[in-house]
Amino acid sequence: MNTPYQIIVGLEVHVQLMTKTKLFCSCKTVFGAPPNSQVCPICLGMPGVLPVMNEQAFQLGLRAALALNCQIANFTKWDRKNYYYPDLPKNYQISQYDLPFSYEGYLDIDTSSGSRRIGIIRAHLEEDAGKSMHDESGRGGDSKVDLNRTGTPLLEIVSKPDIRSAEDAETYLRELRLLLREIGVSDCEMQEGSLRCDANVNIHILYSSDNGEEIAATPLVEIKNLNSIGSVGRAIQYEAERQYEAFQKDPKNYRFGKLLKTTAGWNEARGMTQVQRHKEEAADYRYFPDPDLVPVVVTAEQIEEVKRSLGELPSQQRTRLQAAPFSLSAYDAQVLTGQGRKMVAYFEEVAKISDPKSACNWLTNEVFASLKERSEEIDQFPIRAPQLGELINEMKQLGIKREKARDVYQKMLAENVDAKTAIDQLGYKPFDDNLLLDLIRKAIEGNRKAVLDYKKGNEKALDRVFGTVMRETKGMGRPDRIKQLLLEEVAKIEA
Amino acid sequence: MSLIEKTALEIRELQNNGSVTAEEIAKQFLSQVKTHDGQIKAFLHIDPENILDQAKKIDEKRKQGKALGALAGIPVAIKDVLCCRGVPTTCGSKMLQNFVPPYDAFVIDRLKKADAILFGKTNMDEFAMGSSTENSAYFTTRNPWDTTRIPGGSSGGSAAAVAACEAPLALGTDTGGSIRQPAGLCGIVGIKPTYGRVSRFGLIAFASSLDQVGPFTHDVADAALLMEVISGHDAKDSTCVNVPVPSYLAQLDQPIKNLTIGVAKEFFGEGLDSEVESSIRSALKVYQSMGATIKEISLPHSKYSVAVYYLVATAEASSNLARYDGMHYGHRTAQKKDLISAYSNSRGEGFGKEVQRRIMLGSYALSSGYKDAYYLKALKVRRLIKNDFDKAFADCDVILGPTSPTAAFKIGEKADNPLAMYLSDIYTISCNLAGIAGMSIPCGFTKGGLPIGLQILAAPFEEEKMLRVARMFEKQTEYHQRRPKL
Amino acid sequence: MDIRDIRKVARLARLEMSEAELETMTRQLTSILNYVDQLQELDTSNVEPLAHPLPLQNVFRPDVPGESLSVEEALRNAPVRAGQFFAVPAVLDPADDLSH
Ligand SMILES: [Mg+2]
Ligand SMILES: [Zn+2]
Repeated sequence: MNTPYQIIVGLEVHVQLMTKTKLFCSCKTVFGAPPNSQVCPICLGMPGVLPVMNEQAFQLGLRAALALNCQIANFTKWDRKNYYYPDLPKNYQISQYDLPFSYEGYLDIDTSSGSRRIGIIRAHLEEDAGKSMHDESGRGGDSKVDLNRTGTPLLEIVSKPDIRSAEDAETYLRELRLLLREIGVSDCEMQEGSLRCDANVNIHILYSSDNGEEIAATPLVEIKNLNSIGSVGRAIQYEAERQYEAFQKDPKNYRFGKLLKTTAGWNEARGMTQVQRHKEEAADYRYFPDPDLVPVVVTAEQIEEVKRSLGELPSQQRTRLQAAPFSLSAYDAQVLTGQGRKMVAYFEEVAKISDPKSACNWLTNEVFASLKERSEEIDQFPIRAPQLGELINEMKQLGIKREKARDVYQKMLAENVDAKTAIDQLGYKPFDDNLLLDLIRKAIEGNRKAVLDYKKGNEKALDRVFGTVMRETKGMGRPDRIKQLLLEEVAKIEA
Repeated sequence: MSLIEKTALEIRELQNNGSVTAEEIAKQFLSQVKTHDGQIKAFLHIDPENILDQAKKIDEKRKQGKALGALAGIPVAIKDVLCCRGVPTTCGSKMLQNFVPPYDAFVIDRLKKADAILFGKTNMDEFAMGSSTENSAYFTTRNPWDTTRIPGGSSGGSAAAVAACEAPLALGTDTGGSIRQPAGLCGIVGIKPTYGRVSRFGLIAFASSLDQVGPFTHDVADAALLMEVISGHDAKDSTCVNVPVPSYLAQLDQPIKNLTIGVAKEFFGEGLDSEVESSIRSALKVYQSMGATIKEISLPHSKYSVAVYYLVATAEASSNLARYDGMHYGHRTAQKKDLISAYSNSRGEGFGKEVQRRIMLGSYALSSGYKDAYYLKALKVRRLIKNDFDKAFADCDVILGPTSPTAAFKIGEKADNPLAMYLSDIYTISCNLAGIAGMSIPCGFTKGGLPIGLQILAAPFEEEKMLRVARMFEKQTEYHQRRPKL
Repeated sequence: MDIRDIRKVARLARLEMSEAELETMTRQLTSILNYVDQLQELDTSNVEPLAHPLPLQNVFRPDVPGESLSVEEALRNAPVRAGQFFAVPAVLDPADDLSH
């Protein structure tokens, strides 16, 4: 380590599952609906109502857990987590306590120092709470509660404290987001709250005590309110430094092991964590099995069926793209996979027609930028894979230079024409030997003197003729071919 | 016998043959309520205009020759624990004084589809917690046989309404005996169906793994009729079982051949009133005279049922009742303070003593450090109690015994001693813990003229057999035909 | 069980009680707990807890949208409302803003 301490991070991620309806009632889960318009007696927690489990939510949970290499419990149940909060109308959250439906998985991430495996302790299903909007005036006015989100299905994914840097935390989240999007479990939009992350951060410090060198762990701080992957990284970095400074101020009396976990908020504007409370006692959630719901038993066949339906996961895709016939670099494979399955499929098609390296370059250099500019997904992109492949091939055959090729590409995109048409219309017509010979002969006619000079031994004199031909082809003629034909023609001329 | 003293099936017959209209029926029962409910206090909420409207609609339907449901024109009183769309539903609590549900309970929906007349909401112990209806936040219901005494509870209002002929049928709920005990103490029939037989959707939960909705009626045939209407699968209740509902009426009059009756010695122990005991013993003789075999059985863990019940039921209740916090509905304190005080004051003001006591007990039983010793221990003993019943039903068709250890006690008699009150449910509670079916039928009277209930327990989903066994007794006796003098 | 336990549980259960009420509660719950302590005489080390009286499992509903309430119906029983929202007293300690 180049810091005098080691960062230790575990992430607790909540993702909203892409179901049409809530976890226990048939209200819709559309984001941005008018306040309290997607509620019913069940999600309002009215007297007498009962929950019934959404089958699709459970299926999506299974997909995610299997993609995260988790063990699936053959028997799982639902528990109530009891605590009072106005956005939780029953004052208990239906969640999973001692028998989560999945546990013991992992996610491999590609970091700057190679591949790392981040352990998953458990992934369980639970219901989301609503949203409270607090009075910001400081006069203690009422909070306003919108219960539309209440009861939305959530998957809580708890990582082991295997993350060792802010950068790795960001990589883990990006990989997790990519994976969950790819398998259709969640859209993972952090701005819309469909992916939320709490980070448990502490540091291990090597320090000298009376007993000699020791490694000590600072008390855990749980950072909440992290609204983007970038802010997760910044918060971890800040918090680690803050903990180290706190330790350095008074290493002797530093409270190793003397505090329970502390909660902190992340203030993005100020770029700092704000410790909210030192908990005096652990919250007592009085978990017990929800008597309104019945257990779920999953069979081995069901698990196999879900596994089969998962398709190729990003990590598998990366490995495949680095092997023949694609043989991409780890970096390129990472970049392409990061754009999702559709992009990889597009790439494969282009690569098949042209070659993998050019295909990858065209995608990363041109197509990604165009998509961003046009706010399009690859499946909406007007230049389809065969056309891009054709462009690459034409370019190679005709020896079209990079800038010219980009003009062709822009024309294809702007006018929705294929590569050949664009090249034609731009006048970048292919010059075959006959056309070239015509031009060469005309150039020789117009430069008699230069040819004769050349014949007399002035090697440089022919450059002028060559330049004339090149100009005539508007830079489209292949220079080596022109040179060759020119020399052949000149040789025919008697001195 | 006047119309209001008749059974639902008799009243239905009178309508079918044109002797009486639904409107006339409604008027007669409304008049009985008007005359006597000031004294009995069975109803928390009753809307005569709405009731007459419902009745007129049924008469109109009949006139037009449209098909009518099984309960057409029959008034059914509803325990105020069941949600009815647009009708105040208080659960006997100040907490829900102004609560009007925007939806119907499953059983209410079934009653509407059967063309029944929803005949007001009846009084109950607050949140169904009690055995005397003294815990209602509004008033105490009186036993129609002796108005100085309790009607039992928690469904005391529904039981008293039927016993006092203010309605021929009523619905109650039974978590630890809350239908059977008041039925027994009021001299009528009451059924706690098998757990999962009747949907709990819209039943305001006390203890979710124990609660069931069931009927109060004058006789067993009416109970069979009402059971047919309310039983059956409901996709909105995960714990409601998809088992076909037989026609309970079809075979009702067929006696069970070679009937074997289990008698558990544990149901005849200390605390059983001698008059009650002799009534039960006579009832057994009636069965023997019909050829039934009496088999002594043992339910060795039944003596733990009150202890198990008061841990399991209160633990579930502590969570079920957490939602009453005055934030989204229900009572909110007028004291202007922070959020936590708003919760505590709203709940402290909105809940009565018994409810608070049980929330406290349940919270404690689930709290860290105590959960294993109390809540989990109770669940383990609960399994032993269930195992006892499984074993017993392998050898006998039904188990018979007293519904309650004594006849109706005096109002206030046990008010200051919660434990004594809890022990009055000693014979009914194990049925809920095991999830089996149970009922109480009238089987005698004390010298003082107070009714005595005979409890019949049957294996899960054996309601048909249980009803036939009950009917056998009813055919030999006339206790079910008596009505109190008001 | 003493009055401190009771005070703690009352806070957990969000029940406001006077000192006198806390004392009565302590007395009554102590006597009930003494009664339920008879369960400890049973050896249940090999007994599975029974949380559900029926051995049901795998009850699901399809992911098909149904009716929600209108905003008016949803808010009709609200003790206090602010426009389309439920209005609730402010949270004093933002750390109580637990994540779920
Ligand atoms: Mg959670
Ligand atoms: Zn809903």
